[in-house]
Amino acid sequence: MVQVTSSNTVHDVVVVGSGAGGGTTTKVLADLGINVLLLEAGPMLNMADLKEHMWPYNVPHRGVGAKGEGYTGGRSGFTYSATYGGAQLDGEPYTVAPGSDFSWFRSRILGGRTNHYGRVTLRMAEYDFKPRTTDGLGWDWPISYQDLAPYYDKAENFIGVTGTKEGIRSAPDGIFNPPAPLRAHDTLVQRACAKQGIRAVPARQSVTTVPRNGRPACHYCGQCGRGCKSASNYAASYVQIFPAIQTGRVKVIANAMARELITDGSGKVTAVSYIDKTDGIEKQVRCRTVVLAASACESARLLLNSKGPGHPQGLANASGKVGRYLMDTVGSSASAMVPALSGMPHYNSDGYGSHLYVPWWLSDQHKTLNFPRGYHIEVGGGYGMPSVGSFTGVVNRAEGYGVAMKQAIRDEYGTSIGLSGRGEMIPNEQSYCEIDPEVKDRWGIPVLRFHWAWSDHELNQVRHMQTTFRAILESMGGRMAAPAAGGGRGGRGGTQAAAGGGTPGQQAPQTGQTGPQTGQPNTPAGQPTSAMASQQAGQAPAATPGRPPISRGGAIIHEVGTVRMGDDPQASVLNKYCQAHEVKNLFVADAAPFVSNADKNPTHTIVALAWRTAEYLAEEMRKGNV
Amino acid sequence: MSEITRRDVLRRLALALSAAGFVDRVAAQEVHLMTAQAALPTGAYTPKALTAHEYSTLERLTDLIIPVENGAPGAVAAGAAAWIDLIISENTELKDRYATGLAWLDVAMRERGATNFVSATPPQQTALLDQIAYRRNLTSALAPGIEFFTWARRMTVDAFYTSAIGIKDIDYRGNTALASYPAPTEAIAYALKRSGL
Repeated sequence: MVQVTSSNTVHDVVVVGSGAGGGTTTKVLADLGINVLLLEAGPMLNMADLKEHMWPYNVPHRGVGAKGEGYTGGRSGFTYSATYGGAQLDGEPYTVAPGSDFSWFRSRILGGRTNHYGRVTLRMAEYDFKPRTTDGLGWDWPISYQDLAPYYDKAENFIGVTGTKEGIRSAPDGIFNPPAPLRAHDTLVQRACAKQGIRAVPARQSVTTVPRNGRPACHYCGQCGRGCKSASNYAASYVQIFPAIQTGRVKVIANAMARELITDGSGKVTAVSYIDKTDGIEKQVRCRTVVLAASACESARLLLNSKGPGHPQGLANASGKVGRYLMDTVGSSASAMVPALSGMPHYNSDGYGSHLYVPWWLSDQHKTLNFPRGYHIEVGGGYGMPSVGSFTGVVNRAEGYGVAMKQAIRDEYGTSIGLSGRGEMIPNEQSYCEIDPEVKDRWGIPVLRFHWAWSDHELNQVRHMQTTFRAILESMGGRMAAPAAGGGRGGRGGTQAAAGGGTPGQQAPQTGQTGPQTGQPNTPAGQPTSAMASQQAGQAPAATPGRPPISRGGAIIHEVGTVRMGDDPQASVLNKYCQAHEVKNLFVADAAPFVSNADKNPTHTIVALAWRTAEYLAEEMRKGNV
Repeated sequence: MSEITRRDVLRRLALALSAAGFVDRVAAQEVHLMTAQAALPTGAYTPKALTAHEYSTLERLTDLIIPVENGAPGAVAAGAAAWIDLIISENTELKDRYATGLAWLDVAMRERGATNFVSATPPQQTALLDQIAYRRNLTSALAPGIEFFTWARRMTVDAFYTSAIGIKDIDYRGNTALASYPAPTEAIAYALKRSGL
């Protein structure tokens, strides 16, 4: 790594990372007439490569992955998913401290995880911005719901979000386009919830069901996770960045792995140093300002690796808070075989993934609960496209062979309903990332070391989830499946065993259902790819007696909070505009600024916050302040 | 759809993508149809992993696991043995399982009075399967057979239901482009009535 090349061009804004935060920043700045250079660590997304509409038999391994790894373990590819990435990337290790368990999903493609994510689109509630004020735990955000609401509005108008106005305290209404009707399993869940006094409402998904900005309406193939060839769902790549490129103000450098921020004597960022993966050469691009949107942990890593004479702990890190207060979403799932669905007349249940969800219904009753924060429930079910592993569970239970075995498969197909809880974790001192003192990646860049601990707050929340799931599923006559190990990724309850590394004889309760969609590499139906991602990322360690089935840290792929915002420079890295306290031309626009991790999937807040940050940055540039 | 027409669609699709960035619903449906017709089974398969004898044994085994049912094609027509052979050709652990397991079938069949598995009579074959298709029959003598059959059954089921034939057999109705999503009223009425909700 001797050779460093640098051009003399000084770019107005260099954006590092092209997911929800980087894509939004790029779009908003370009629309405001500002030139942007966008660095992405992976390749360009090619729309023609998307696997949407493919049948399993259109790919040679049908989702098993090369070398049969879906059967015998090892690293699995994403056969159908639009995202290239995973917890294991060639030459890009990370380490986990002894006693911790953490899985770090990295995406390496233009648009990042927005290409495949579950597209659950939830506003944070007013109280979510003031958690410490509410219950004394964690910290308040330096902004309020009212500060962010106009940007939720802008995001929803631009992206298109399904939903209905419900007036629920925990789930503020937004600007919605019409949702698709409920399906049979949705209807059962809604009725069963009502019996428990729980309100289930149409899902809020980043899917436009009406034509919008030249994008056609959704065509209901249910394959959002493969990337949408008609751009009817939201992904930063095809909804924000491609149109932004057409303004002529955006240049993208793909395969650019950011290494370090270069500063001048005053501590301002003057350039971004990156590895050009195509030739392995370190290159520098000069900038007037820089926006980090590399994902929460990558942005923290970049700051920590940017050491200089005035900042030996890393850039913008005099507080020592960079890397601290890492949070993920609390995940736990359950599923049941519902006999009422057996023999039902088949129909096309693809839709757009989730059509129904359950907002947190006890936000005013925490004094009666033994955990402080809420969760929502995502619902899965239906006749998924058959995939490898779809019927492993039923076959292992039914055994035998021939027509009788086929009949058992038929009887169970589409009868499974899965519920996934997605809850709020309280930030703690034991969960953080730092630079590993020894390990470096293939380009010599020091890697992250993770520390992780759940507390009783989260474990008690998971116990409440499991009790609730059972009550809902049994009230519709469901027969509970054995909980998936770790309860984690996705209440596809057991698809991981079914399609992934399970060995024959292992009980796996799944029959090709479509699953809940949170932040998972989401493909339709039997979800071979999500099952394989589970193999990499989702499975928690072997169950500990008395420990409820909680996801492993990082497995829900909602990692947030490592470069947090706040009013106090001693206790935070960024100000309320996501601008570094110590470096005025440095901004962060991914989930790293999050002060808490509400039970609202982070992407919508990443987009709204990045939108606000980009407008502020543009105004500060206009005024000559940065 | 002929290969030339298919290529033509692909070319037009590529043009549409590069011009507008994304495709409209009609084009999306065209892709759905095109991919549905692509990659259908083609002609004779030359095994990559298994010997000719092993392969014919496996093919017969898949035929027993998912037979023709009331005239509806089964695992043989769906090419299950070919797919399994492809997968195990890239995985030593699986290939060993199959080589050992298929040999075990021949030995077991010889002990039961036949030359080998594939040339045994159907009643002899199903008599053996009736033993190794159930965990409750587990003995030290049958254990290797039960373990292998569990793998073969699992992978045959995977191969069949991920084929065009199997997807039709299970009556999956999706993977199509719709102008609007209709409420499945008949299914909902059925489920509600039986659920008691």
